[in-house]
Amino acid sequence: MLLELKHVSQSYNSRTVLRNLSFALDAGEIGCLLGPSGCGKTTVLRAIAGFEPITNGEIILNGQQVSSPGFTMPAEKRRIGMVFQDYALFPHLNVTANVGFGLHGQPRTQRNKRVDELLHTVGLEGSGLAYPHELSGGQQQRVALARALAPCPNLLLMDEPFSNLDVDLRERLSLEVRDILKQQGTTAIVVTHDQHEAFAMGDVIGVMQNGEIQQWDKAYNLYHVPANRFVADFVGQGVFLPGKVLNTNQVEIELGLLYCEIPGNRTLAERKGIKCKNTTVEVLLRPDDIVHDDASPLLALVEHKAFRGADILYTLRLPSGNRVLSLVPSHHVHAIGEQIGIRLEVDHVITFPVDS
Amino acid sequence: MHHLPKSTVKAPTAGAFTFKFRFPSGWTITAIFIASLTLIPVTVVMCSLLTPEREIWSHLLQFQLPELISNTFWLVLGVGLGVVLLGVSLAWITAVCEFPGRRYFSWALLLPLAIPAYVTAFVAIGLLDFIGPIQTLAREWWGLTEFPPIRSRGGVIAVMTLALYPYVYLITRNAFSTQGRQALEVAQSLGLSPTVGFFRVALPMARPWIAGGAMLALMETLADFGTVAIFNYDTFTTAIYKAWFSLFSLQAASQLASILIVFVLVVLLAEQQTRTRMNYTQAGKHSVQARIHLSSTCAWMATGYCFAVLTLGFIVPVTQLLLWTLEIIGQDFDVRYFDFFWHSLILATFSALLAGSFSLLLSYSSRQRPGLALRIASRIATIGYALPGTVLAVGAFVPVAWLDNRLIAMGWIQTPLLQGSLMVMLTAYLIRFLAVAHSPIDSQMHRITRNVDEASRSLGISGSRLIARVHLPMLSGSLLTAATLVFVDVMKEMPITLMTRPFGWDTLAVRVFEMTAAGEWNRAALPAISLVLIGLVPVILLTRYRSR
Repeated sequence: MLLELKHVSQSYNSRTVLRNLSFALDAGEIGCLLGPSGCGKTTVLRAIAGFEPITNGEIILNGQQVSSPGFTMPAEKRRIGMVFQDYALFPHLNVTANVGFGLHGQPRTQRNKRVDELLHTVGLEGSGLAYPHELSGGQQQRVALARALAPCPNLLLMDEPFSNLDVDLRERLSLEVRDILKQQGTTAIVVTHDQHEAFAMGDVIGVMQNGEIQQWDKAYNLYHVPANRFVADFVGQGVFLPGKVLNTNQVEIELGLLYCEIPGNRTLAERKGIKCKNTTVEVLLRPDDIVHDDASPLLALVEHKAFRGADILYTLRLPSGNRVLSLVPSHHVHAIGEQIGIRLEVDHVITFPVDS
Repeated sequence: MHHLPKSTVKAPTAGAFTFKFRFPSGWTITAIFIASLTLIPVTVVMCSLLTPEREIWSHLLQFQLPELISNTFWLVLGVGLGVVLLGVSLAWITAVCEFPGRRYFSWALLLPLAIPAYVTAFVAIGLLDFIGPIQTLAREWWGLTEFPPIRSRGGVIAVMTLALYPYVYLITRNAFSTQGRQALEVAQSLGLSPTVGFFRVALPMARPWIAGGAMLALMETLADFGTVAIFNYDTFTTAIYKAWFSLFSLQAASQLASILIVFVLVVLLAEQQTRTRMNYTQAGKHSVQARIHLSSTCAWMATGYCFAVLTLGFIVPVTQLLLWTLEIIGQDFDVRYFDFFWHSLILATFSALLAGSFSLLLSYSSRQRPGLALRIASRIATIGYALPGTVLAVGAFVPVAWLDNRLIAMGWIQTPLLQGSLMVMLTAYLIRFLAVAHSPIDSQMHRITRNVDEASRSLGISGSRLIARVHLPMLSGSLLTAATLVFVDVMKEMPITLMTRPFGWDTLAVRVFEMTAAGEWNRAALPAISLVLIGLVPVILLTRYRSR
């Protein structure tokens, strides 16, 4: 393990910011912290970097304890690189000097070599003499990355690295940055509130809320096997329909029976509170769980539709008045108010106890 | 600025359209008139540099210039270094570190701005002079007799540093608190300790701001008359004053003023240069600001340092002024005091109204007719803040006297009419303080975008109704700020008032000058403390603006 957080808590002026946070990252892995603003994800980053003390637990970097209550190893001793949200490039230094800033104490030739190498990696050869204000947002972002990577940090932290860029550039750059990190073998943590970014960048993703990690998992599992209702709600789209437990691997909802016998995944029986027969639960239905089928006898009313290019997201009203979402290839055009046939195709049945 | 889209011009808002059409360059003419108010005195003074009079120059070169230049040089150097050291160090610890009393000090350290430098000066002399209480006590208690003289170069520099460091402190602190802490964090994440980070990152990044603040302080130093007069430290301003009043030589005063204005223009140019650099050196925005927690010894040292500066720059002078005032209040708080106060009040009010409306006109002209001509006109009109009062007094008096003589020659009037009137004084005030009023008004004016006009027009409000119902209400806050700042500055103004006031128009500042010239410190204290109280108003405005 390169980085380990064990039961980390932090409070500031008697307000708890982080609660009992634990996760670990292997060398070369990219982790993402995903959550709404104010959930404490930036605080986690700053605690790992050494800018914030912690009030409970410990942080271990490369087998060495770097933070514990009452002890915070100074940030400059940790060899942790950081890319700030607004890049925080030094305006009085040109690109070369910015990138070479962390290489103090190295001979000039070696330093220049490393800077050239990094400028090449981030695709900014020839811009070495430019000043930050002469660069575009995307270029500034690359300089910030190169500057943080220059001293070969143990770990790279990125705080909302793409939030200042427009959507197109954001997607392209996040994949590009992932390639660069993988190529350099850098371990990194990326903080973001954008799930697409997290999915694109992260090997593992931690969904955070209220200073707690709700689930630390791969993107696939976050979407298909969310650990709780918050994760199910926050990651991807979907609706919750009431359902009735018939036995340990059968749930009935108004659209039919759901079987949950997929080995290796959590079965209904494992879930707390729904073991007993006839319990009412809430069943998560993703837009891809509802398939449009003209032959199906099950009919639903088209209430809204949003064209998305490759497909259309329909909001459908069931006879009961409940609504579901359905993702349909975009050549299946139906007007609002039309009745269309649907059927269930649920690979992962996810249920939650009803809030009472 | 964009040109109005055609559709807006064609829209049936006849008021605005015909208004513009009838006076195609009315705004430009207004702006050029305002700019010429500044340009004429500057040109008049500069001209006397081009037409040197041999007799005066040989006298100047032989007796005065070497001393004036060396005095000015050392003063500028000393005060420059002093304000940067004091201002930057205080800005850094209050912006980035945490220590007991930090929140309090961060605004209290601006308080010395409320005390005119000449007031700090006479308090310092009154306290530290041979017959002052401190030397007297030291003699009586410990038999100490050797003291460095307070009326010395070091003394002037120390007093002016204490009075002027807030310029550097204010500007640099803003720079540090927006970027200082984050710059340090970047440096730390790249392996630099906070101390090294300060010198390698935070300080270089703040350089344009530090330079800008220092330039403002240096302009004040070059313009200062009262402080150096009290210290008998001869500089150009006191030499101009003496040439004017003791030698009655307008020529000699003009020649001296023309040399001083060259120095001033150099500093002005440097200051404008730093301003353009500030524009692109904006680094990052406000981020999470965790302050550096100092060890308890360091923290208390920081508290002690801030307290010492505040004590010397504000608490001691104000306390001493109050003590002196108590001594003489029964005797001096009389009709004459109200006369001084009344004169100051009238002059300050008139100037505030004048400067406010001229700035409004200038700023509005730039908005209506954006372009090179207006940019140049506004730039010229607002350099007055750099021009020393003594120079302006000469520069405004010469053309007015010329006009008087022309009128007499043409037989329109018998005796000089204008040169003995309030006109010269008010014009000089206006030129000096136009920039003070212009900057808040202009920055607010920039916030009234074209879209505001277009939105109003689409709702049927245009022409004079647009001005009355939209523009003026939006500008009212900044107009008030502008008027307040000018009011206070005119209250404290000394050299213009001394040199151009009509007979009988003694103000509070004049009273301070006369009493300090006579060495009656306690009798100067009453008008001085009045000025300090008034001077607190803009400082309070400033701190309220900053805390928002």
